[in-house]
Order: sequence, then structure tokens, then C-alpha cells
Amino acid sequence: MSGPLEVAVVSAERSIWSGSAKSVVAKTPEGDVGILRGHEPMLALLVEAPLRIELEDGSKILVAVHGGFFSVDSDKVNVIAESAELAQDIDIDRAKAALTRAQALIETPDLSAVRRAEARIQVASA
Amino acid sequence: MGAQLRVYRRRIRSVQATKKITKAMELIASARIVRAQNHLNASLPYLTQLVDAVSAAASHASDVSKHPLTARSVDPVRAAILVITADRGLAGAYSSNSIKEAEALTRNLSEKGMKVVPYVVGRKGVAFYRFRNRPMGGEYVGFSDQPTYAHAKEIGEELLKAFMTPSNEGGVDEIHVVYTNFTNMAVQQTRVRRILPLEVVDEVVEKNVEGGNAQPFPLYEFEPSAEDVLDALLPRYIDQMVYLSLLNSAASEHAARRRAMKSATDNAEDLVLALTRAANAARQAEITQEISEIVGGADALTA
Repeated sequence: MSGPLEVAVVSAERSIWSGSAKSVVAKTPEGDVGILRGHEPMLALLVEAPLRIELEDGSKILVAVHGGFFSVDSDKVNVIAESAELAQDIDIDRAKAALTRAQALIETPDLSAVRRAEARIQVASA
Repeated sequence: MGAQLRVYRRRIRSVQATKKITKAMELIASARIVRAQNHLNASLPYLTQLVDAVSAAASHASDVSKHPLTARSVDPVRAAILVITADRGLAGAYSSNSIKEAEALTRNLSEKGMKVVPYVVGRKGVAFYRFRNRPMGGEYVGFSDQPTYAHAKEIGEELLKAFMTPSNEGGVDEIHVVYTNFTNMAVQQTRVRRILPLEVVDEVVEKNVEGGNAQPFPLYEFEPSAEDVLDALLPRYIDQMVYLSLLNSAASEHAARRRAMKSATDNAEDLVLALTRAANAARQAEITQEISEIVGGADALTA
């Protein structure tokens, strides 16, 4: 096993990001999973949370992914999300407004909307 | 100026104004085809990955054919048809072709004893069913020329909900889509596709054999489990099928509109040419008549 991970982030509407990376940290329904090279083949669901990609030069990219899954196979990581946004694509004011709106429903808080907005804010303010 | 000549000139001006409009619409439609095609191509990586993941999960899950989304109803009584038409006219026979195809499918299904519920995208289709007082399961208007994934998801979720409801409570047993496949600039065909119950697995296996790259799937570790992954992915697959149909139809709509506007522009050109000839003849006739009047008048004086 050698060489970096090849990572591709794809949303339903377009390709978001692709390149080589040192590690990927994603959140599945059962908790955070870190992927380094040489990881066994894996196919896991994602929950609304920031996806962390560490590049080879040590810098990090955060992607807000909403609903989707990722697959790992022979050092290729494919992240497939219904929608995925990089920090520069996120309107932080809108995300904050959406968070307030979702939390305001005290009786039945829209949990997935809250998580979605939180993920966006985390990505945008990182 | 004679009355005849004035009428011709007025018609020439009017045809020329119309020609400018149709020409502009033609150019806009051409630009939009390219954009729609780009959207279509941009959505393909997602579909490929999704199909791979679904088939990988399906090959590991215990029994796919018992999954609620793949199981065929023994005695289907109700079917839904998603008809994709245009919001606006001036696109040749684009919308009426879709509707015609949907009507043929409706007859076909009715003969098999099924009651058909139309779900309609586009104002033209909605107008068709509303005029005939035929109830619709859903109406979606305002985005037929530029559909987004959010639109597809909304439709997908509603169709899925109808499918999961038992048919005696107003649900449906089968879902078909009537869309217009965009092959290239010149060729678009109306197509019918059944999206539910799913036949995803067979389709994928066939594709792999055709492509000659029939590699076995890697031994994935599934998280949480193959069944859970499949449960989460199949609805996505439906949304994606709807999205793809919408994108294909949008590209076809622009192509149909471009073609219609091109022939309108060409016709306007022919018309201007014919009218110009007629106007010239009228002017000549007028001059000839004036000369003969003058000559006749002068002759009368000298005589």
C-alpha cells in the first residue's frame, strides 16, 4: 500500500471536489470513522455533519455533507451526497437563520434541519 | 401610396418583427440546451456511484427481492404515471408527444385492469388533465426548463409515499415515468420507464456484462449493515431517476423549442421574400397606372 488516498466528493448535481489526501474523517450513524490509506473496503452511510479531508500538505478541507454515503476501495474514497457544500459556497447568515428557525419549533424541533444548519456553520466558520 | 402597397408594407414590417422574436428565442434555446446538457453530464458521476453502491449492497443484503421497493404486487390495481411536459408552449410537439405517450400508457394499463393516477410536471400537462377534469395525484409547475435536485427530491418523496401506501388506501402499486430522452441535438424520443417496483439489480448486472468489466464487487464492510445501507440508498435511487428524467426532458424541451423557433424564423424569411415581391409588383403597377393617367391627360389636352 503506497501513495495517497484518492478522494472524490460528488453531489447529485455536480462534482464538488476531488484530489489526493492523507486522511478522511466522516461521521456515520454509528460514530466517526477515520480513513487512512490501506483501509479495508467499506461502504457506510453518512449523517449530516462536516466531512474532514486532510490534504498531503497537512491543510484541511471541510465539506458539509447532507445525506449520502461513502465507499472506500483500494485507496479510493468516493463520497456521494445528495448535497455537499464547501466552505466558500455556504452563506453563513442563511445557515444561522435556518438554525434559529429549526430550533424555534420547540414542540417538534426539526432535528435534521438543525444538524444540517450546524454542519454548515461549522464548515463555514472553520 | 396606394392602398394595396400600404397593406403589403405593413405585413412585411409585422413579419419582420415576429422574425426577430423567434430568432431571439432560437438563440436563447440553443444556449440553454448547452447548459442543460452540462447539468445532465454533471449528474452522471453521482448516478454511477449510486448504482455501484446499490448493487454492492444488494448483492450482500439477505434477500433483495423481498425488499418493499423491489417486491411486485401480485395483483396491481393502481398505477401512477409521472408525465413530464413543458411549462411554456412554442416548443413544437414536445408536450403533446409526452401527453400522447402517457395516454397510450394509460390505455395499456387500464386494459390490464389498473386505475391510473397521473402525476404531472409542467403547466402544459396540468392544463391538459385539468381541462378534461381528470384528477391528478400531483402537479408540479414552474421549473420544467431548469429542474434542480430539490425539485426531483420533492417529487420522488411524494411518489415513494404513494407507493408505500397500500393500494386500497389510495396508494399505488406501480410507478411509471414518461419523459423525453435527449440523445443529441437532433434526436429526442419520448420514453416510458418503470421506476417502481425497482429492477435495479438486473439492470446493473447486464450493464457490467455488456461493458466487459464484470468485476466482482469488493468485499465491503457495511456500516451500519448491508440492509440498512440498501434501505437508505434505494429512495435516493428513485430521486435520482426522477432527477435524470427531469434533466433529460429539460434538455429535450430546449431542443424542441430551438427547432420550432428555427422553422418559424425560416418561414418568416420566406414570407418576407414573397411579400416583398408582391409589394414591388404593386408599386410597379401603381407607377404604370400613374404614367398612363398622365399620358392620357396630356393627350386629352393636346387633342
